Amino acid sequence: MSTKQAENTVMKQYRCPDCGYIYAESAGAEHEGYRAGTLWKELPEDFPCPDCFITEKPDFVLLE
Amino acid sequence: MPGSDNSHSPAFKTSAWISSKRYWYWLSVLLPTIPLISAALAIRTGTGSWLWFTVFFMYAILPAADYIFGIDEANPDDELIEKLKDDRYYVHIMYVVTVMHWVSLVGMAYVVSHYEWSWFSILGAALSAGIINGVGLVVGHEMGHKVRDKSQVACAKIVMACSGYGHFSIEHNKGHHRHVATPEDPASSRLGESIYKFSKREMPGAFRRAWSLETERLQRLGKSEWSLDNEIIQPALLTISAYVLMLALFGPVMIPFLLIAAGFGWWQLTCANYVEHYGLLRLKRENGRYERCAPQHSWNSNHKVSNLLLLQLQRHSDHHAHPTSPYQVLRDYADVPGLPSGYPWMFFVAMFPWAWFSLMDPKVVAWAEADMNRVNLDPDLRDELFSRYHNPQTV
Ligand SMILES: [Zn+2]
Repeated sequence: MSTKQAENTVMKQYRCPDCGYIYAESAGAEHEGYRAGTLWKELPEDFPCPDCFITEKPDFVLLE
Repeated sequence: MPGSDNSHSPAFKTSAWISSKRYWYWLSVLLPTIPLISAALAIRTGTGSWLWFTVFFMYAILPAADYIFGIDEANPDDELIEKLKDDRYYVHIMYVVTVMHWVSLVGMAYVVSHYEWSWFSILGAALSAGIINGVGLVVGHEMGHKVRDKSQVACAKIVMACSGYGHFSIEHNKGHHRHVATPEDPASSRLGESIYKFSKREMPGAFRRAWSLETERLQRLGKSEWSLDNEIIQPALLTISAYVLMLALFGPVMIPFLLIAAGFGWWQLTCANYVEHYGLLRLKRENGRYERCAPQHSWNSNHKVSNLLLLQLQRHSDHHAHPTSPYQVLRDYADVPGLPSGYPWMFFVAMFPWAWFSLMDPKVVAWAEADMNRVNLDPDLRDELFSRYHNPQTV
């Protein structure tokens, strides 16, 4: 298994508790300029929800 | 269940009213026809003052209608919200409204240029078109929030291009909603700040914030801010093309007409920003972040007529709590800051600062329980406002 595949298997999802938007690392947020595959930890600290723009990164909820 | 006892219950009446609002929202389609109808009267009667009618409608007829028809107490319950929120009917109305705004603007441009009017009548026509441009920004605001829906976002750009205010979606969604009711927000007004002073901070501040947010986004995409992907440039190109075309077809009178109509449209939006959060402040928490925007951080008006015409924007607390909720499901909250009238009258009062201050300042002071540290106040007047109002009740 390559490192790439290993990463894919652990791609995570984070949910905006306000509007329900889900940030999937595998999909990124293309319109906002975060390519598919952009990991959560690579997003800036002031990353806002790309849908409602009020929830900031620390307030997102990790989906298990 | 007509006929059964249930049909007379308050709950039934409420849901019947909410369902009937479905049809009342068509008023938004009729609104842009008002300048055209009054222009037809002006032409037929030869009385240019008819071109002022929409201004009169905004500042006299609508406030009277708000006063007469009063408050809309109906709130959709969760079940009804589920039913209403994805109904495309409500979106389609806004598409028709978008078309009507362009018809109205071009129609007024035609009337102004093809008949003999005094400069005073032309001013009335331009301000009337400006009122309608302002309402167009409300519709654009609503669609501009639906960032997941490409056609609504496109329509938002098209309707806001009527007045060349296409940067608003970016500024509003990413800037204002995030920083609302903080001193950092150029689109939240401060206690003691007149609307004229506010507009000098709000208009350039909003544009700068929109441009820098869009530049950052394009940089992340590896694109130049001057590319056609710039969502400020896209609607601006539409505005410029349409205005140049009207100038070529209708002549030089378009220069004052379009500039005044656009400027007065912006002014309506400035009025909205001015009244929506006047003096209200989110407190800073110990970690340096502001407390979350809560229902008490917006002024609300639940007046029936203006809410139908402004897509329930005046249910503003719920809009800030759920920025992506569509207009048809917005709810009124209990115990939120309330405006004494709907926006049309509040916009009028705002233009007379002494009247605005005497009406609203006591409300802000009461909201903050006379603790001026909890108020978003004009730093130039800090000492004066503290000595006049600061009187917190110690626990
Ligand atoms: Zn969100």
